[in-house]
This record gives sequence, structure tokens and C-alpha cells, in this order.
Amino acid sequence: MRNAIEFQNVRKKFEQAKGNAVDYVNLTINEGEFITILGSSGCGKTTLLKLINRLYDPDEGKIILFGENIKDVDAIKVRRRIGYVIQQVGLFPHMTIAENIATVPKLLKWDREKIDARVDELLYLVGLAPAEFKKRYPNQLSGGQQQRIGLARALAVDPKIMLLDEPFGAIDSINRLKLQDELLQIHGGLKKTFLFVTHDIDEAFKLGTRIMIMNEGKIIQFDTPEKIIKNPADGFVESLIASAREKEKFWEKFV
Amino acid sequence: MINYFVKYYDKLIFALLEHLQIVFISLILSLVFAVILTFLCIYFNVLKKIMLSVTSMIYSVPSLAMFAILIPLTGLGKTTAIIVLVIYNQYLLLRNFLTGLHEVDYAIIEAATGMGMKKSQTLLFVQIPLAKKALFTGVRLALVSTIGIATIAASINAGGLGTILFDGLRTMNTSKIIWGSILSAGLAVVANYTLNYVENKFDKNR
Repeated sequence: MRNAIEFQNVRKKFEQAKGNAVDYVNLTINEGEFITILGSSGCGKTTLLKLINRLYDPDEGKIILFGENIKDVDAIKVRRRIGYVIQQVGLFPHMTIAENIATVPKLLKWDREKIDARVDELLYLVGLAPAEFKKRYPNQLSGGQQQRIGLARALAVDPKIMLLDEPFGAIDSINRLKLQDELLQIHGGLKKTFLFVTHDIDEAFKLGTRIMIMNEGKIIQFDTPEKIIKNPADGFVESLIASAREKEKFWEKFV
Repeated sequence: MINYFVKYYDKLIFALLEHLQIVFISLILSLVFAVILTFLCIYFNVLKKIMLSVTSMIYSVPSLAMFAILIPLTGLGKTTAIIVLVIYNQYLLLRNFLTGLHEVDYAIIEAATGMGMKKSQTLLFVQIPLAKKALFTGVRLALVSTIGIATIAASINAGGLGTILFDGLRTMNTSKIIWGSILSAGLAVVANYTLNYVENKFDKNR
């Protein structure tokens, strides 16, 4: 299996901040993994994600995607090869659903028939009927449907890597569980490398083949869910797991 | 009063057309400069602050004083009037263009950038279409202000509706005063109303 993503001593600091947002991080992610990045807000998880599609550039260290140092590639090119989904979705309100999904294919100058076919295919993939949704505008859709479109738009040119920054953070819990299941299906069917940022422990353990736990810009533990439960790296991880258990107990009271 | 119109309608229409000519030329030139300045401000952030404060400072100079300052350089007449009008408009246009583009939801711009749109593509395909109402507001304000200030430009022999108004004031000719006022005020009101109507149409197809 190939290495999809590699970080070598990566550091990123923001001007006004005290410490490093990403603090000398080393990591290797294999092709086809579903990585969830777990941590509280301000721990550097979003920064780490944005370093991969060059929305930020590191102050130190190397980031390598499929053997290629991304510093040597034009940032625009790097971004077009990577799917990117954010919590606020960021659909273009003045464009139809079909036009939204076609954004990157259009930038890459695909011909119209290919784009049309791809839009239909993607709408089926995210469980929305093309005939019904193609011509609608984003504000005519529910939050869950909007994020499905966000996902379809990110998958448009079949990127090998998908970056998802708390994509279900603003979605109600019933739809959230549904979307999580669908995302797992999409991942399993496509063999892509997913990086999924969340601060929800349940979500991180449900989705991740491996979980990266971050705190203050550092990776505390990066392992499979089972190994993390069995061997928490330190007190911070222990307290995370303990808080999840606590929630479980809370619900048991009502049974 | 009606008699005055019947007798001198050719003079009135000539003044109106002359006024429109000054307004039209000024507005076109203003837009050309404002668009260029807006692009420069977007690409060079330092310039944005400087341009906004400089243009706002100039805008606060009374128009009559501005005409007076320029007369030694460009003389009396239309050229000076148009220069002043174009300079004034830069404040209204630049401020509205920049705030309009800036107010587009940041998540949308980040999504566009993250997907690999260049800055120019984000601007063209995302920011400008989403800010079109604010952009149009800028044009409307500039047009109305140009129609108004162009009236004062008659004081430096630029022609237009102001000539009739100033003539009337000098000779205490009520008909001239009234016709000058009605035409220049009417022009501004009609222009404002029309553009406002178009502007509100923009809102609906969002």
C-alpha cells in the first residue's frame, strides 16, 4: 500500500498566537484509510487539515502527498486534486445544485456531457434524485441535504484524498447518524483516503479506521480505536474515553 | 411659466442634453477608474486603507472649492467639471464596491479557494455575482450625486441645467429658477427611482 500523506517535522505558527498551532508533527497515512482527527477546539486539527490543501503553508517541515512534496506543486493544482468539505458547507447561493457540483470539473474544462453525467452520478451517490434536485438552489434545501451536495461537490473530480472539517457539526443528530453511515459506505466503495476532523468522540470512534488525537498542536495518540481504548497514551486520552463512558452511564439511568 | 417653456423649449432641452452628456461621460470614466482601483485594492491590501481614506478626504471638500482649485490647472469648462465629478465618484464607488465584495460570506469564499479557484476566479464567479446588489447601489449613488454636482459645475461654464438655474438667480427670473430646479431635481429623482427598481430586481433572483 502506498503512503498517501506524510508529514515530516511540520510546524505552523500564527502571528498573534503564543504557541505553535501545529507543533513538529510527524505522521504517515496509507492510501484508503479513514482517519478521524479528534481534539477540542484550538488544538490544531483544522490547521493540520488546511496544511494539506495549502490553504496554509508550514513554517517548517515537509508535507508529502503520494511521494510529492506539495511545496513544489502550484497550490491551485494541489487543491483541485483534493476534496474539501467544511462545516458551513459554503455552497454558492447563486448557482443551482448542478452548477455547484460542477464547479471543479468546469475549472478543469471538462466537456458538458461528461459534466452532466458526473453530476447525475454524484447525486445518486449522495442519495438525492437528480431530476428533483439538479435545478434547485441551495436555500431550497435542508441542512442535511446541503451537506450532501457539499460532499458531492468535493467528490466531483474523483480526488484521491478527501478533507472533511467537521462536516456534520451543524446537522441534527438523527440526520448526522444517517450521514455518517452513508459516508462510511461512500468511503468503502471508493477506496479514497479520508481525513475527517471532529470534536465528537462517538463520531471519531465510529468512522475512523485510525484515530488521531490532538492536543495543543501535538499528536497525542494515533492508532486504531481498539488500541486506543485498551492502551490510552496518557491522562488526556484517558479522560476523553472516560467522558464518553460517562455519557453512556447517563443514558443507562433511563433504561 | 408654461409660456417660458413654449418659448424657450429648445434652450431647456439643450441644457438637459448637455447635462446628461456631462453626467454620462463622468459616470463612464468614474466606473473605469473605480473598477481598476477596486482590483488594485483587492490584490494589494495596503492600498485599500490608503485609497479609502484619501478618497473620503477628497469627498469632504466642497465641490465649489474643488472647482476653484482646478481652474488654474485645467481652466474653465466641461473638462474641469468632469475631472471633479470623476474624483468625487471614486469615494462612493470604491467604498461600495469594496464593502460589497468583502461582505460575501467568508465560508463561501473559503470553499471556493479550497476547491482550487484562483483569486480572480473567486472574484469573477463568486464574489461579484453575490455582491451585485451592493455594486449596483454604488453606481446608483454615484449617478445621483453626479447629477447634483454637475448642476453646480455651471458656475465654471461647464453648461448643463445649472446654467438656467444660475441665470435665473442672477436676473431674478422666476421661470428660469423654477425650470432649472424642476429639471435638475427631476432628473435626479427619475434616475434614482429607475436604478432602484433595477436594483430590487437583483434581489429577487437570489
